[in-house]
Amino acid sequence: MPTIEDWITRNTFHHSQFFDQLELLKQKEKTGLTISLCIPTLNEEATIGKEIVIFRSELMERYPLVDEIAVIDSGSTDKTLEVAASFGADTYFAGDILPEQGHKRGKGENLWKAIHQLKGDIICYVDADIKNIHPRFCYGLIAPLLYRPEMSYVKAFYDRPLAFSQGVRPSGGGRVTEILVRPLFSLFYPELSALMQPLSGEYAVRRHVLERLPFPIGYGVETSHIMDVYKEWGMEAFGQTDLDKRVHRNQETLSLGKMSFGILQSFLGRMQGMGMEGALPEMHNILRQFQAQDQTYEQICYDIVEEERPPMIEIPEYREKMGY
Amino acid sequence: MTESINELITALPDLRESLSAKRELLLANAVMFSEIPAPTFEETERARFMMDRLIEAGCQNVSTDELGNAVGIHPGKTGKRNILVAAHLDTPFAKTADHAVQVNPNSITGPSIMDNALGCAAVASLPTLLSQLGIELEDNLVLLGSVRSMGKGDIEGMRFFLENNQLPMRAALLCEGGTLGRLSYSSLGVARGTIDCVTVRGANAGRLASGGAIPVLNRVLTKMLEIPLPTDPVTQVILGSVIAGTTFNTPSRDAHLRFEIRSEGAGVVNEVLEQIEAVVAEANSIPGAKVALNIVGRRKNTAISFQHPLIKSARRILKELDIEDHTAPSTGELSTLIGRGIPSLVLGLTNGDHRHDYNETIEIDPIFTGLAQLITMLQAIDGGLCDAND
Repeated sequence: MPTIEDWITRNTFHHSQFFDQLELLKQKEKTGLTISLCIPTLNEEATIGKEIVIFRSELMERYPLVDEIAVIDSGSTDKTLEVAASFGADTYFAGDILPEQGHKRGKGENLWKAIHQLKGDIICYVDADIKNIHPRFCYGLIAPLLYRPEMSYVKAFYDRPLAFSQGVRPSGGGRVTEILVRPLFSLFYPELSALMQPLSGEYAVRRHVLERLPFPIGYGVETSHIMDVYKEWGMEAFGQTDLDKRVHRNQETLSLGKMSFGILQSFLGRMQGMGMEGALPEMHNILRQFQAQDQTYEQICYDIVEEERPPMIEIPEYREKMGY
Repeated sequence: MTESINELITALPDLRESLSAKRELLLANAVMFSEIPAPTFEETERARFMMDRLIEAGCQNVSTDELGNAVGIHPGKTGKRNILVAAHLDTPFAKTADHAVQVNPNSITGPSIMDNALGCAAVASLPTLLSQLGIELEDNLVLLGSVRSMGKGDIEGMRFFLENNQLPMRAALLCEGGTLGRLSYSSLGVARGTIDCVTVRGANAGRLASGGAIPVLNRVLTKMLEIPLPTDPVTQVILGSVIAGTTFNTPSRDAHLRFEIRSEGAGVVNEVLEQIEAVVAEANSIPGAKVALNIVGRRKNTAISFQHPLIKSARRILKELDIEDHTAPSTGELSTLIGRGIPSLVLGLTNGDHRHDYNETIEIDPIFTGLAQLITMLQAIDGGLCDAND
């Protein structure tokens, strides 16, 4: 059985390996694959313009590696869609896609609906809050899929500095990964701990895999994807690419608590699906946090339910569109 | 071969429209240049990016010289003559500054986007734009990203390039982000320097110096401001920055002034500089203080005639684009180009604001007018419409 180290050697890349985009383009033409770039958004007017300009110029105009760039929005109240459209992105409100299926607010909802809306054989998801955006955030993820047919799901990892008021701090980030997800994987699925940043929001996936994955619409989407892909296709379906630095907004610890709560729900749910559940009692959906003022301690309760969308391939409208 | 300036001018509206349709190419380059830190003397990464772009666009002889200038040649049909198109790569922003750029529907904001990421982007994008527009020139374009232009760099990059380059230049266009309509064809006489005050503590310090270096520098500043400056020719002494001290309650041991003298009149800069030297010499007699004047850069007054066909063509093109031209003498690389007999012009590419602030901003839409101006100027030079009769 191959070790984690073997897997890392074979399936881990650095974006600089794919610097020659002309070669990538030739490889893409050889495979005949089409590629869609999806940017899920919610109030990202400050960063979306730059992402679209750079991706369009570098990945569509200069080297047409990407066949479409789409922004799928959860209902921004700022000018996210206006800015994105002004620079030539296809823009969609998630609620307008598959309206028969209703609209749920959450990043996972956007990612799920993108499968129906976009045309590519590969869909590359890139978050919209990246301050130091660069074409490598896309080509670094799609390149392994162009060269390695056995690979289906390529995730990004980074040295992630957090933006703060005095500039950029050289370390930090990935706190939920290191405190929650990595210990869980190490305990129950040690092979998955080979993924450097399982929660990174940037990944490229083949359609035939994506359409078979259920989608939690909230915080648990990345974790559950990894567990589902692992279950169905094994470790060789994964690749990961080092994209160097990613400068992004820092999140407050309390927000990370909510994220962790949602991830745990998805993780424990998946464990049951994989026949690994123990004698777990019924779990609550209420996350309890506290805020203190003088000697008064107030409990803040958040009802966090990780709703889940079924695999897209089960949706009749999708099957009809794809001719299945 | 271009027959007349009228022929070029007729094509301007269509050219502008075509350029606007390719805006992502230029804007992406501008953003990427802007996000690469390049303080003067540390331009290597920007030069590398410039070379990558020139190589990708099929330029020849793409290389960097000993000083780090990035250069490549976009070959002309005959290649008998050469036109230099240059932009300085360096910025006044430290490497540690947040260089993130924000792209809005009508503007881009970020450090160095105007001075001079946009100029660099124009140079780097030019071969691709010309090729996509189907514009073929007879002359070679020598495309240069020059280093060590600003501050203590003292245009060393351009001077080095011109001293060592073997290709004779028919003319040169220098690309600057701002401001659209700018026509710089004369350069001011400039002397740029620092005044460094250091004080000693203890018995040797007199009353003034015992208060630290700041009062000493203050006396120097007061005397400098008393120096009479002629209004014609226009002459300025710019006090650019003062650096002194570390805390609230300790007299500063040293204080440093950065200043620039600039004048439209030949020889005036030297006259003012002599008076500043006298102020410094006098300050040196303050007990306990050492004051030194250090000149880090000089430029001579140079100009080409207002009647030069290069200038006349540029004004005609701007008029046709409905842009009001404004003459602004340069304090940069223009002087060394004109000083070597190369007819040269600085062009601004768009409008903007907050130059040299962290929120430096450029307007997007006028960029395509600026680019149309640049390309039409190149066609005019290439067609022999800007050659002086002599």
